[in-house]
Parts: sequence; C-alpha cells; structure tokens
Amino acid sequence: MTTTAYAARADTRSDAPLLSVRDLQVTFQRRGEEPFHAVDGVSFDVRPGQTVGLVGESGCGKSVTSLAIMGLLPRRGNRISGTVDFDGTDLLSLSDGQMRDRRGKDIAMVFQDPLSSLNPVVPVGIQVTEVLERHRGMNRKAAMPMAADLLKRVGIPDPDRRIKDYPHQMSGGMRQRALIAIALACAPRLLIADEPTTALDVTIQAQILALLKELVEDTGTALIMITHDLGVVAGLCDEVNVLYGGKIVERGPRHPIFRTPRHPYTNGLLGSIPRLDAAGERLTPIPGSVADNLPWDHACAFAPRCSQPIAVCTQTTPELETTGDRALRCHNPVEDPR
Amino acid sequence: MSNSDENPKKSLFSRYGDRRKARIDELAAMSAPRTAPAPVPVGAGGPAEDLTVHESGTIEEKPGVSLWQSAWHRLRRNPVFLLGLTITVVFILVAIFAPWIAPKDPLQGYLIDKVRPQSNPIPGPEPGFPLGADHLGRDLMSRLIAGSRQTLIVGVLATLGGFAGGLLLGTLAGAFGGWVDSLVMRAVDVMLSIPSLVLALSIGALAARPSQWTLIIAIAVVQVPIFARLLRGSMLAQRSSDHVLAAQALGIRRSAIVTRHMLPNAMGPVIVQATLALAVSIIDAASLSFIGLGNPDQRIPEWGAMLGQSQRFIYDNPHLAYYPAICIIIVALGFTLMGESLREALDPKTRR
Ligand SMILES: Nc1ncnc2c1ncn2[C@@H]1O[C@H](COP(=O)(O)OP(=O)(O)OP(=O)(O)O)[C@@H](O)[C@H]1O
Ligand SMILES: [Mg+2]
Repeated sequence: MTTTAYAARADTRSDAPLLSVRDLQVTFQRRGEEPFHAVDGVSFDVRPGQTVGLVGESGCGKSVTSLAIMGLLPRRGNRISGTVDFDGTDLLSLSDGQMRDRRGKDIAMVFQDPLSSLNPVVPVGIQVTEVLERHRGMNRKAAMPMAADLLKRVGIPDPDRRIKDYPHQMSGGMRQRALIAIALACAPRLLIADEPTTALDVTIQAQILALLKELVEDTGTALIMITHDLGVVAGLCDEVNVLYGGKIVERGPRHPIFRTPRHPYTNGLLGSIPRLDAAGERLTPIPGSVADNLPWDHACAFAPRCSQPIAVCTQTTPELETTGDRALRCHNPVEDPR
Repeated sequence: MSNSDENPKKSLFSRYGDRRKARIDELAAMSAPRTAPAPVPVGAGGPAEDLTVHESGTIEEKPGVSLWQSAWHRLRRNPVFLLGLTITVVFILVAIFAPWIAPKDPLQGYLIDKVRPQSNPIPGPEPGFPLGADHLGRDLMSRLIAGSRQTLIVGVLATLGGFAGGLLLGTLAGAFGGWVDSLVMRAVDVMLSIPSLVLALSIGALAARPSQWTLIIAIAVVQVPIFARLLRGSMLAQRSSDHVLAAQALGIRRSAIVTRHMLPNAMGPVIVQATLALAVSIIDAASLSFIGLGNPDQRIPEWGAMLGQSQRFIYDNPHLAYYPAICIIIVALGFTLMGESLREALDPKTRR
C-alpha cells in the first residue's frame, strides 16, 4: 500500500486540454523605462496526464510564464493579458483568494533551488503537513502518517525519522524529493517544474528526472517541464515548446522535433548538446547572446544570431504557423538539420 | 539609503539618522536568503536519452549545516565573543543571585557611626567591608552587587518593550506595505534621527513622577524605531525569498506565511540587535538615573544613581564614582562584544 494521495488517475488522458494558455502576454513596466514584454503572445495546451516542455535559454520568459499561470507575479509593475484556462476557468480572472485555494491543490509547482525553496526553520515533515492541513482540512496529527507516506513515495529512506529533519540536514537531492512530495501532496492535476534539476549534481539530476517521470505516469498528473536543457526534454516530454525572446518559435511532439528541427534556434540548441553517438564531432554553440535580440515588432528577434538569415527576417515578424501537430515561427526554416 | 558624506549641508541630526539607518539596514540584509546558483549555459548537461525509472534510487550527498550551526562553529573559537559571553553570564548570575551573594544587607547603614559629615564623610575599607561604605554607612560592595539586579531588570524589560513595539510596527509595515508602510516608516525615521540618549532623556523628563517604570518606558520607546526598521527590513528580504514564493505556490494563507515563514527567518538580526540594545539600555538607564530620572527611592541600589550620588564626594573620594562606572562599562562592553561578534558570525559577507 502506498498512499491515497496518489490515487491512480492514469487513464484520464483525453483530448480536451486541462490547461489552455492563449495569447499570454506579460509586460514589465519599470518607471522611466520602455515597457518590456517578457512573455509575448504565448499559446499552448496541456492535456491531462501529458508532459509538456518549455525550452529556451536564460531570460526567454519561461519562469515568467509559469508564474503568470500560477498567479504569482508581483501585483505591481507588470501587466498580464490573455487567458489561462484551467479546466474551464480562466485563472487570470480569479480573485487572490480563489487563486490561493487552487494553488497547491489543483496546480502545484517545484522550483529550481531545493535548499532555498524550503523554509529553513521548519522541519520538513511540518512543511508537508502544512499543505495537507491547508487544502484537505486535516489536523497535523492525522496528516503526519500521510506525510511520511509521501516522503517514502518520493524515495526518501527512513521517512519516519526524516520527517523531523530540518532542510539543512538533508542533501540537495533529498530536499528536491521533499519538495516534489510537498507539491504532489494534494494530488494536483497539473505540476509545473521550473528547472527542477539545475541546482543539482548530474547524477542526482538523472534520479530526480526519473522520479518525476515515474510519479506523473503513476498519478496521471500533467506536467509542464521548464528547462534550458534539451536533454531533459528528450527523456521526459511528450510535446516540446521552444521559446525565444518571449515567443514560442517552434512546437511539436518530442521525436519529430529532435529528428527534424525546423527552426534554426532549435537546430542550434540540438547542435550544442554533446552526443554520445557522434564522438569527435565538434559542438557548435549558438553564437551571440540574448543581448543581440532584435525587437519582435518588425523582425525575427533571433535573426542576428541565426545561421541562415534572409532579407525578410529583419523586415517582418514571422507568424507561428501550424502544420499538423507541429508549429513553426520562421521565414527560412532549416531543410537539412545539422 | 543615502550616504552621509555626500551632502555636507544636511543637519547634524539627519546625518546622524542616516548613519544609524544604514547600520540597521545592513543588519537587516543579513537575513536575506542566499542567492540562487548562476544559470547554466543553454543546452549543456544531461544525457539525451530516455531515463529509466530505476535511476530514482538512493541518495548519497553531504547534507549542509544550518546558519546557526556554522555561526556557532566560528564563535566557539572567537576570543572576543567568549570574553563577551563570560562577562554577560557572570553578570546575569550575579544579578539573579545577588541577595545570596551580597555579604551584607545593601540597605542597612552598618558604618553610620563612622560617618563624619565634615572630616570623613565616606568610611574607608575595613574588615568585612572590602570597598568601604557610602555616605550613609552602607556596604559599597553589597550595594554594587545588589545594583546589578536593577540594571538587568531595566535592561531586559526595556529591550523587550522595544522589541515588542518594533515587532508590531515593523510587521505591520513589512506585511501590509502601501500607505501603512510609508506612515510607520516616516515616523520611525524621524525618531531615528534623534540621538537615542536625547530622546530617552526627553521622554523620561515628560514623566510627572519619575519611577523605575517611566525609566523603562523611556528607554524602551527609544528602541522601538530601531527594532521596527530592522524587522521591516528583514521581513522585506524574506518576502522576496524563494521559500516564501514556494509557500505562496502552495496556497498557504497570508497570515501563516507571515508568522511561520517570514518572521522566524527574520529573527537572526533581531537577536543581534537585542544584544546590542541591552548594552545601550544599560548605559541609558544609568544616565537617566544619574540625573535623577530613575527610581526616586534612593535607598534601592542602582549603578547610575550611585554614580550620581557620588558626585558630591568626588574630589576626596573618587572611588565612589569609579566602582559603579566600571561596573556599567564592563557590563555594557560584555553585551556589545557579544552582539558584535554575533553580527559578524551571522553576516553572509564574512561567512566562509
Ligand atoms: N519582476 C520583474 N521585473 C522586471 N523584469 C523581469 C521581472 N521578472 C523577470 N523579468 C525579465 O523577464 C525576462 C524573462 O525572465 P524569466 O525569469 O522568465 O527567464 P527564464 O526563461 O526563466 O530564465 P532562466 O533560465 O534564467 O530562469 C528576463 O529578461 C527578466 O529580466
Ligand atoms: Mg527561470
């Protein structure tokens, strides 16, 4: 017997999206500065039980997208537009209180840094029971055994003892497991993992990813996996959205994206991953940095760093065009990947 | 926070206030959470093949140590801290057990027969009276020992009062923000720009009938703005921390976030400040008693009052002033040394 928190919902995959993000735009407005679109018209769907990747390099708007979905962006200094439809409700139209009731219960999130994401002065067990008390109306005593069960479920050895540990008494990998246990405590239907392995050692990274994969498969939880690492996407995601400069530039199911990337940016990302099967081949990092971006208004932001720009790339904004289950925003797609 | 050297035209008070504010803010910043690791370049890392479930096996990494543990580790070998700690512990023990330690009754004029107002107002040391007696023939040694209790009571109560007031105001400001914040913090800044002793004297002088309680209140009020600014600063640092964001992502109620996630983590600087505040309270209390704004009952031994009474005899019997003054200085120094080394040990800038 494992736990009731993970009531199996494995066969709930259907075609009606659980989360449907439409034209999400987040604009930061600092005093005396130009408004800055950190997220610029992003649309994507997540179906129940599906794992969707959001991939892109630092600063492309991955975290801002996830915080906007969670309603966690600071109240001042930004403007959010578009819709975030979760199971028939537009999350952006909910009040603070309504949103607070859903967070941790319907949608949960795991953050990048497992040490700083746990409260350093509260034992880990209490941090698990806290969310059970909040959303399940349990008292602490009743929630304790369940908390131990949850810790066991995420592979923490000796959970009855570990439940009394403070975060600093745990290793990085164990803390991230505890955070996953906390996030999944109330059996949310959607889990957002924002670079959950970036702060961990490589071997621990693989363990955490395998754990996440196992858990979402067992429980039927939908997962949005945010990462800058295509290796993570390859092992985990059903569908991949590639973000560049706040816009989705390419989308598709995992295998087609990896086999035939069409956007030069995606292609470049794949070219910069070390591959085991191509010994001796040189890695080709994408030249330049986000600082070289053009504004999306009348150009493709990626044009200055692109390997195959054409004249139109610096004159008009490419639109996101959908063909079958793939979508692409490019004037001059890659024909012969790598 | 403005730099006091930039604007020579600023009044003395506002420069003084700026310096104090900068110091408090620096202390508050101590509770700021450590920053996330630098982002890794895109595309780097992990294997590009399917992961297997079996890999989610065991964990072998070294756990870290807590902030307090690492601080203690370094304090244990810090002679300055140990000196401060020793002084403080001895002082507190003496204060608590004063009635049993004091060799004589501090209120009784044993040597009153030897007091000659004209020729010899102060009886010198003699067997049983190692430091001699005061102008009423009371044993000086016993009065000094008994006086430690007053000092401790006033210091602790005033600091607690200052902390309680600061906690209320700082939490209000830090948790609500907006106009509550502006209002509270403007008032606090004004109070901070007045030197603490001047403020304590003014408040103490307001009391129609000075007593030990008006003394405690006057000194507590002076500590309120310091604790308020400090708590607000560390609450703000907590508000933008990862674990508070994580708690918000779990839908935890705002009241629980403040009391369970923000306040306990904002306590480090407060403990440091409380230690330093004790030193200041002791000196302030002595100063107020010295000029007669303390307990009007002159029979009760109190270091500041003893110092005040000694002034009449200072030319021929300076030792009457030296002893209480040395007590005040050593005790205040003990708390200061302890507070400063605590601050250093908890400061992320000097840590590791
Ligand atoms: N509160 C804010 N105010 C102003 N700008 C912000 C704010 N938060 C994020 N940004 C900006 O929005 C952009 C996107 O940030 P975001 O954190 O989403 O990047 P990211 O894709 O998650 O990158 P990383 O891989 O580094 O986490 C960045 O350029 C960032 O500077
Ligand atoms: Mg991010």
